[in-house]
Amino acid sequence: MPKDGGIGASTVRREDVRFLTGTGQYCDDMNMFGQTAAVFARSTVANGVIKSIDTSAAEAMPGVLAVFTGEDFVEVGGNPAGWLINSRDGEPMKEPKRPVLAHGKVRHVGDAYAAVIAETVEQAKDAVEAIEADIEELPAIVNMKDALAADHYVHDEIGTNQCFDWGWIEDNRAATDAAIKGAHHVTTLELVNNRLVPNAMEPRCSMAQYNRANDEYVLHTTSQNPHLTRLLISAFVLGIPENKLTVIAPDVGGGFGSKIYHYGEEALVLAAAKKIGRPVKWTADRTEAFLTDAHGRDHVTKIELAMDKDGNFLAFRTETMANVGAYLSNFSTATPTFLHGTLMAGNYTVPNIYVNVKAVFTNTAPVDAYRGAGRPEATFSLERVIDKAAREIGMDPIALRRKNFIKPDQYPFASAAGLEYDSGNYDALMDQMEKVADMAGFEARRKASEKKGKLRGFGVNAYIEACGIAPSNLVGVLGSRVGLYDAATVRVNATGNLSVMVGAHSHGQGHETAFPQVVAEMLGIDPQSIDIVHGDTSKIPFGMGTYGSRSLAVCGSAVVRATEKIINKAKKIAAHMLEASDGDIELKDGVFSVAGTDKSVTFGEVALKAYIPHEFPLEDIEPGLEETAFYDPANFTYPSGAYCCEVEVDPETGKVSVESMTAVDDFGNVINPMIVTGQVHGGLGQGIGQALLENTTYDENGQLLSASYMDYVMPRADDLPFYTVDHSQGNACTHNPLGVKGCGEAGAIGSPPTVVNAVIDALQSGGKNVTHIDMPMTPHRVWSAMQNA
Amino acid sequence: MYAFDIERPATVAEAVAALSNEDAQALGGGQTLIPTLKQRLASPEKLVSLTGVAEMKGISSAGGVLTIGGGTTHDDVAADGSYKALSELAVNIGDPAVRSRGTIGGSLANNDPSACYPAAALASGATIVTNTREIAADDYFVGLFETALDEGEIITAVKFPIPEKANYQKFVQPASRFALVGVFVAKTADGVRVAVTGASNEGVHRWTAAEDALSKDFSAGALEGLSVSADDLIADLHGSAEYRAHLVAVMTKRAVAAAS
Amino acid sequence: MTKVTMTINGKSVSGEVEGRTLLSSFLREDLHLTGTHIGCDTSQCGACVVHVDGKPVKSCTMFAAEADGADVATIEGQANEDGSLNVIQAAFQEHHGLQCGFCTPGMVMSAAALLKDNPKPSEAEVREYLEGNICRCTGYHNIVKAIMAASGQDVSAIAAE
Repeated sequence: MPKDGGIGASTVRREDVRFLTGTGQYCDDMNMFGQTAAVFARSTVANGVIKSIDTSAAEAMPGVLAVFTGEDFVEVGGNPAGWLINSRDGEPMKEPKRPVLAHGKVRHVGDAYAAVIAETVEQAKDAVEAIEADIEELPAIVNMKDALAADHYVHDEIGTNQCFDWGWIEDNRAATDAAIKGAHHVTTLELVNNRLVPNAMEPRCSMAQYNRANDEYVLHTTSQNPHLTRLLISAFVLGIPENKLTVIAPDVGGGFGSKIYHYGEEALVLAAAKKIGRPVKWTADRTEAFLTDAHGRDHVTKIELAMDKDGNFLAFRTETMANVGAYLSNFSTATPTFLHGTLMAGNYTVPNIYVNVKAVFTNTAPVDAYRGAGRPEATFSLERVIDKAAREIGMDPIALRRKNFIKPDQYPFASAAGLEYDSGNYDALMDQMEKVADMAGFEARRKASEKKGKLRGFGVNAYIEACGIAPSNLVGVLGSRVGLYDAATVRVNATGNLSVMVGAHSHGQGHETAFPQVVAEMLGIDPQSIDIVHGDTSKIPFGMGTYGSRSLAVCGSAVVRATEKIINKAKKIAAHMLEASDGDIELKDGVFSVAGTDKSVTFGEVALKAYIPHEFPLEDIEPGLEETAFYDPANFTYPSGAYCCEVEVDPETGKVSVESMTAVDDFGNVINPMIVTGQVHGGLGQGIGQALLENTTYDENGQLLSASYMDYVMPRADDLPFYTVDHSQGNACTHNPLGVKGCGEAGAIGSPPTVVNAVIDALQSGGKNVTHIDMPMTPHRVWSAMQNA
Repeated sequence: MYAFDIERPATVAEAVAALSNEDAQALGGGQTLIPTLKQRLASPEKLVSLTGVAEMKGISSAGGVLTIGGGTTHDDVAADGSYKALSELAVNIGDPAVRSRGTIGGSLANNDPSACYPAAALASGATIVTNTREIAADDYFVGLFETALDEGEIITAVKFPIPEKANYQKFVQPASRFALVGVFVAKTADGVRVAVTGASNEGVHRWTAAEDALSKDFSAGALEGLSVSADDLIADLHGSAEYRAHLVAVMTKRAVAAAS
Repeated sequence: MTKVTMTINGKSVSGEVEGRTLLSSFLREDLHLTGTHIGCDTSQCGACVVHVDGKPVKSCTMFAAEADGADVATIEGQANEDGSLNVIQAAFQEHHGLQCGFCTPGMVMSAAALLKDNPKPSEAEVREYLEGNICRCTGYHNIVKAIMAASGQDVSAIAAE
């Protein structure tokens, strides 16, 4: 087999050809015979009582086939939260029902209270306008602090706007308080982790078919995890048996978290397809995406860092309010807790950690995991307060971090926030970062910027994240209601080519290229003879999908396990063919040979034999060559990194430009360096976007002011620099077979504090006593901070 | 979108006739109108597309005056170069695909308070030529999305006297890429005109104090100490009124320094 | 309904359209040329960029009736005659200038328009030209690099694998 197609090769992506020629098949590109269109009636108020909905005029409109309201779904279930969080007092979190269509009340702008099915989209839109909904507007609950103090509620039946009040780790609270009380120096920072809209470029789309002949449904939908969507619809929402429901996620145009979740529109088109007996399709427009896709981040945090007189970290104490929006999205309760609180030790040997998170219901769109999910929030809080502390005690920010880093000989390291880090070398990452970023040349570059009238700043950051989500036993103890394994089937066809069915869904990550590299390496065959099948519940054993940088670490490990089973069986077949014992069979470069002899058969010959089992020892070996493996990880993986950037600030306008961005990451082993680098690039673009550009703004009435690309600032090519990405300092993950850690979220986790630290450095170098600016650091905010300094 | 018919006249006369129906609306490049229609915020019965009217396209220069057909695209103005500051302004409107379709007449007729062309027209002392009359820029811009155009009146051309020196500085609203604040400075034998877009709730307007100072001394230094009041300036997600007031001064200085 | 006739990727096509039928809808729904994508409602994302009479336009912001008689080029017509990727498409693949692929058709069409006018654009010129094409996956690094490479420039000094 050519070595350049195996592990470690920057193989170009095979999926690119269809995307580059316009032959990709995204959900909205597909049309079904007899297809109809669904359009939703959405609330224009943030909080309101549905007094009445009169659909009679709409039903009489041309082309209208059916009109649904919340009444039609009273008897079915709700869309559940996947993670049970208990409050500090032991009480379980509040879980109000999230119905398919709003019933009784609308709870955020965009909340759907009715849907029209018509022959065409325009007819359905006309009919939506004819629905007479009497909705009495109530005061909106928007701000989290106000929500906690309010005497009216997003969900009246629970009598509070607080979902939970979580402490991590509650037993560490007293020790943390004591450490802070007795510390030589305490640095305090209050900050906002700004609310973001994921903005996958493909808007959500769902298309349902119902076959009356066999009572079966097919749902094509924009999903990162079709099996989870099927499970939620079957077990919780509509009760369609899993064996009667196929969920297909075809080409999907990006997800970033927003397409993990099951949404009501999916249930609606399924119910409608059955009712009218024809396929029903709904495609979001961008405004609907802004109003209804799960948003990300939205934390308000106070963090304290206690140090001794030498700068040794003694404690981090965090108080966070986390916005969950109007309803609990599927992972929304895990994101601010176990994906955030457990990371609050960062890369450091700090002995005391305490994190308090209050999750708050508001009349805004649901908030859930968005690229990084909890870990960017943890890293941002930590790395901002560390930077502030360094300035307060007059210590170099890199030196302060290095002083407190976990050292390579300390692994496995039990962090004070409850995780066991398996491997890493943070000093080596920092060394490499200093080298590739040419830190030595910074002062000269600063002087050059000064000559142009610009303030130049340097910012640094170290991060760790927990990826490869996740060990089912561990997350079960922590409240997860699902397992977080993944699955793969390797099918060797008679003619020697392979179909590999994987539970992970690829929507930009390049699985169709990278996964064959793994199998090809193991079997010693041409990767072009291996195809990946993903995104179709009728073809794949099972899968928990793609998020949390888990695809390769978890699903890839399942692929390895299944391929190992293939090799074991193939060796038995080869042994039979070669009249040798299986223990003597060696596999190299796609050829099975008897050790120490010149007797051999090729992989292709073995495959053919498996399906034409003449003279087969059927008592020992079954015909066929197909194996399935489920893989449940033993631990999270722990990618880490050292990032730095340089910014220029225009002191007259406050405009910040990122002049350079360097990311040095430990991803463990790397299968396809080109794809890994691309993943980091994307994360960096989103992280810089969060730091400088993107913000989701609701006014006091709960109206979304940033509801289109006219006001929500998407990073464009001219907002961003070329990046320097380095993953030469990998330390293999110790507990999965590939030694991989995950790379999808790193850039979005590592870059925001890096950029903010650099801007603060720039302003302070210009004599401005600015210690913090909330993201996004818009020109207006930077200019205002300078005026007040 | 609600349903409507499209008519594609070939001459101004045909277009005017088509627009005499009161539920008809003119369609220039459509770069603002079509998104509006998609949101169902307008419901014309008929759109009269002006893109096929050849006599409204093209750029000519005579006697120090640049005449640009109302149906001329931003892209064509950008490529022309005979009024450098104006071409530089056009090249920064929207994006390349928007510039392929969007027209100067459409932009001026819409008079978005954050659009670029109104600043150029006002600062240059341009004349808006319609199918019935000529309107001086000073009389043309009435307010937010409001102009002196009558119903059914079409901008057939815009005449720009080419100044001795001019420059446009745009501080972009980073999402829409319209002007958060844009300042066009034009110096002619008669003095200096400064027009500001993006900043005011009243739409494009002149900064007369700066004009007076610059007419005496055309240098950025002449603007030292001058500021505009934040009263009546736009405050939104992207900047407060005070910030916009500050930017007006900064952008004016930069425009003067860069004027050529 | 109005009859329109235009040339699309070198072939003459006709169809009946409503006044409100967008060029993008005509391409996607009537002609099943679904490579042209719709990513926003405000003419900003650029996933729908096609060429009309040689110029890049947002096909979601132009009516099909206005394209009557025009010469339209879409992503489906960009590959070489033998079906292989053209220089720009090949550079996008070689330099990993796409991930989910949704913005890609618009990016390729914008890149083609740029290189026609400016055969050797600088980094800044490429970035500026892509102002109307939003990508959420790549952070643009490899898109810019791919376009510069497609123009025949040496991009080996630009960091990446």
